[in-house]
Amino acid sequence: MEGNYYPLLKWILLAPLAGFLLNGLLGKKFLGERAGGLIGSLAILVSFIFAALSFSDLLNLPAENRLLRDTLFNWISAGTFSVDAAFRFDPLAAVMALIVTGVSFLIHVYSTGYMKGDAGYNRYFAYLNLFVFFMLALVLADNPLVMFVGWEGVGLCSYLLIGFWYEDPEKATAGKKAFITNRVGDAGFLIGLMILSGILAANGVIAMDFETLRANAHLLGAYNFLGIAAPTLVCLLLFFGATGKSAQFPLYVWLPDAMAGPTPVSALIHAATMVTAGVYMLARLSFLYELAPRALEVVLLVGCFTAFFAAVIGLAQRDIKKVLAYSTVSQLGYMFMAAGAGAYAASVFHLATHAFFKALLFLGAGSVIHGMSGEQDLLKMGGLKKEMPFTFLLVAAGWLAIAGVPGLSGFYSKDLILEKVFEHGGAFVWGVGVLTAALTAFYTTRLFVLAFLRSKRGTGHAHESPLSMTLPMTALALLAVGGGLFLKDRLFVFLDPSFVPSHGHTPEALRLMVISVAAGFTGIITAFLLTLPGPAAALKAALPRAHALVYNKFYVDEIYGFLVLRPLKRFSDRVLFGLVDAGLIDGLLVNGTARASYAAGRLLAKAQNGRLDTYALVFAAGVALMLYWII
Amino acid sequence: MELLINPLSLTVLLPAIAGLGIFAIPRDSAAALKGYALAASLAVFAVSLRLWTGFDAAAAVMQFGLDKPWLPSYGIHYALGIDGISLLMILLTTFLVPLSVLASFNYIKESQRAYYACLLFLEAGMVGVFAALDLFVFYLFWEAMLIPMYFLIGIWGGPRRVYAALKFFIYTMAGSVLMLAAILWVVAAHHAAAGAWTFSIPALYAGALTEQAQFWLFAAFALAFAVKVPLFPFHTWLPDAHVEAPTAGSVILAGVLLKMGVYGYLRLAVPLFPQAAVTFAPWLAGLGVVGIIYGSLVAWSQRDMKKMVAYSSVAHLGTVMLGAMAFEPAAVSGAVLQMVNHGLSTGALFLLVGVLYERRHTRLIEDYGGLAKVMPGFAAVFMIVTLSSVGLPGLNGFIGEALVLFGSFRVYPWLASAAVAGVILSAVYMLGMYQQVVFGPLRHTENKILKDLDLREWLYLAPLLVFIVLIGVWPNPFLRRVLPAVDNYITLSRQQPAPPPALVKLALDGEEAR
Repeated sequence: MEGNYYPLLKWILLAPLAGFLLNGLLGKKFLGERAGGLIGSLAILVSFIFAALSFSDLLNLPAENRLLRDTLFNWISAGTFSVDAAFRFDPLAAVMALIVTGVSFLIHVYSTGYMKGDAGYNRYFAYLNLFVFFMLALVLADNPLVMFVGWEGVGLCSYLLIGFWYEDPEKATAGKKAFITNRVGDAGFLIGLMILSGILAANGVIAMDFETLRANAHLLGAYNFLGIAAPTLVCLLLFFGATGKSAQFPLYVWLPDAMAGPTPVSALIHAATMVTAGVYMLARLSFLYELAPRALEVVLLVGCFTAFFAAVIGLAQRDIKKVLAYSTVSQLGYMFMAAGAGAYAASVFHLATHAFFKALLFLGAGSVIHGMSGEQDLLKMGGLKKEMPFTFLLVAAGWLAIAGVPGLSGFYSKDLILEKVFEHGGAFVWGVGVLTAALTAFYTTRLFVLAFLRSKRGTGHAHESPLSMTLPMTALALLAVGGGLFLKDRLFVFLDPSFVPSHGHTPEALRLMVISVAAGFTGIITAFLLTLPGPAAALKAALPRAHALVYNKFYVDEIYGFLVLRPLKRFSDRVLFGLVDAGLIDGLLVNGTARASYAAGRLLAKAQNGRLDTYALVFAAGVALMLYWII
Repeated sequence: MELLINPLSLTVLLPAIAGLGIFAIPRDSAAALKGYALAASLAVFAVSLRLWTGFDAAAAVMQFGLDKPWLPSYGIHYALGIDGISLLMILLTTFLVPLSVLASFNYIKESQRAYYACLLFLEAGMVGVFAALDLFVFYLFWEAMLIPMYFLIGIWGGPRRVYAALKFFIYTMAGSVLMLAAILWVVAAHHAAAGAWTFSIPALYAGALTEQAQFWLFAAFALAFAVKVPLFPFHTWLPDAHVEAPTAGSVILAGVLLKMGVYGYLRLAVPLFPQAAVTFAPWLAGLGVVGIIYGSLVAWSQRDMKKMVAYSSVAHLGTVMLGAMAFEPAAVSGAVLQMVNHGLSTGALFLLVGVLYERRHTRLIEDYGGLAKVMPGFAAVFMIVTLSSVGLPGLNGFIGEALVLFGSFRVYPWLASAAVAGVILSAVYMLGMYQQVVFGPLRHTENKILKDLDLREWLYLAPLLVFIVLIGVWPNPFLRRVLPAVDNYITLSRQQPAPPPALVKLALDGEEAR
């Protein structure tokens, strides 16, 4: 087997698992808050250290041989199907593992402050550790099945954490919605894997690890389903799974509702890590997608549409977390645009910078919500600059980063994506991307202005958050500011050793960059103007219909409910259960048979009435009939 | 003496003997009765562990064989023996019975002696069905098992117990009468061809039947087993039986009795009539897929927890049938494993519903809500079992489901793709129920004083949890033991069409002469 055996790998995973078991089994009763938070954070720190160790060992290998593997045991083996519990550490996995463990550690520390005094404190850390375990299983997996374990596992943790405050039925429902929507995507993912494994098995390939898949992916080319080439179909089905996990159209609807969970969860799971799983999966299986240019086109267009659509919805939201949620959907759209353009490294780059600035923005929002004792309505904030100076500064860094101000991290990754999209996707898709960049700058500036600047609109006093919260934010702010510049060339050389930075740019690169930067500044300036009370009211009054449509998220949830959910439920209740099961099968056929035999019995019982003359008559008639037949 | 030394035979006989022995205890000494029943069922489990440890996973033959002539003039032998499939089924049975006994301690208050005797007789019958290698013995156990189950539902059941028990009994009987007729036909046909009477199942595998005869005989067997599975549309006895049965009855019914239907296909219907089976298989697999979707959707409509779990069984057994009818190693071994998984997770679900029922005497979902607050331990166990039932990777349900889906896709791509809908729908109804029972505010004042799981309840739930996790993480010890049997099954299903009977007779006569 290729790659170097590297037994340290399992400890990256086992540390968070141990943390989960400790907090989950011992809980508040035996551990208490302090120890629980400490164990939870330490587990992730240990995991981060092991990831960093593995990373440095990986760097010491020659560039073309950078692959570490750790196979624990043969997981499932049933004749024509065999899967190992195996993990791999290559540049892509290394980048992901470092982001996941690094950002997770910061958010765990932040959480020790944010969740202080919550009744479910230890349960919270148990879930959070379990999430990191599954996320690492997803990124370190050496085959799609183990990846699927992580894939579904992070969905479970997301479900548990969205519904963390389960006494509120709305929050519990949001969790369920997330799980089920994800499962819709997962079903597609599963069918994709079934086709893949079916074709390979038909050609005698039983192993499913990524190296084997890469070597045998060409076998797919010979098959067709419904007139669609097998590689295209498989890639589309896997991408459908990604639209669930990574909140793309049409399955993005769960992510905004997911904001019902505690804010650090939104930062970690619903911004920095889990939702990027789909992007990671595409990069991991890029060898498959390269065989399916049609599927890549779909990825590009879906990403482009989602980026724009979600940014538009984000323009008019009042809930600070909802703005950020739609922003996440939109930014994920950028990542898929990059992947669709074949620029997987660029999508991973944006994944990294987005993890920094979006986690920072969410933690900032959490700090505001914490400081204002639970207020989330932007229109009731304002002027927080004075009361929360640190948070103000830190969020400002995140804001400028996402808005694409030159020099900060978001600028580099977004600019690169737009350049690649222009190259491979054409001017129209690029144009939508630039427009979306302007919208992004607009809604983040709007958020920032409404929350921190100008005069105070709400009542009540806000207070600055404790160090346990501001320190992790500071670390993220440094990354959000400097991360792009630091990573921009190094990441590419690391991810793709054959990549040479200076040759990678198109001649129009500079012009494209100027346009997108201009778009960003236009967005920022417009937002400053339009958030003034006068223009804002005037705008709303001028376009009441449009505002209602956008504010209500284009009624997509309502449409899904009306078209899918309610008809299906009604069909199950009335037709399947009421009519078919209780009525037709059980009522008519089963109990009907019973009643018919009973009635027949009653009828025949009448014949046995004990009167000899009747018997004699029937007897005589019978004899007569028989004689008639015989003669 | 061999009857008591052979561990397989002892596993069959011990519960029956123990069932008789319980009548030596006075009927009103409840503690002694409970203790005795628990000890007896644990002893049976201990004996059955010998089957696991002594089983040669590599061998593709029947093991722990026992063959005693019984009615030699008709070729009837008391013949037992197991392969990997029966091994797992027997262990599932002997594992679930002690848990069921433990779960009955507070639930059953009337005529306890008869109750525990019924459970033990039932166990003997169930193990016998899985161990029998003689059609006559098989049929005897098959029918004998109905009687204690009938009483369990009819005497210790809920308000509509008589209706449910009768429905269960008649439904199953209707199927098995056809099976009896078919058994006699097969044996007679064999006698006509080979000139000797035999009821031995392996001997009858090399059948000498015309295609038309196979068709009708398979139909008779298939119908009897379809009722038991239950395959759509023969399932409507199941919700009634489950709702009325006492907790232990539901656990055994779902955990073991339903498996006998699939087991019947694996052991008898398919290997005895392979050509007919191959013709019917796509239809049976199709009915399985209909069951997955139909059962899930109807489960979604239920307000009674037991009914919902009952319909979810229709869906799960649909998956099993899809796998069993694919004749593909991964799919069939997945189906067998999924039979075990369903026994564990659905058994646990019924136990959990029983926990609630003992406290509140209602099974309606809307009577609960917010239980996580007062019963955190219960909520955690319920969560894990729910996830096992919806097939979350890392737990047992996923392994079986994935093997069935991946394996059967290679044979029935369309059916397997449609079956994936079950992945979504199971989450819809199971998480829906979980949310309404466990999450939300404590709406009902009666629920505010509910006690969390006590020691006895932990004792019968914890072993299930252990296996739910163990099979999810490390399924190979189970799969390894099943695979040779699965290969045999697939080989038998591919037997060549039988030559005309006359030729067979000649050939066999020649053999006898030698």
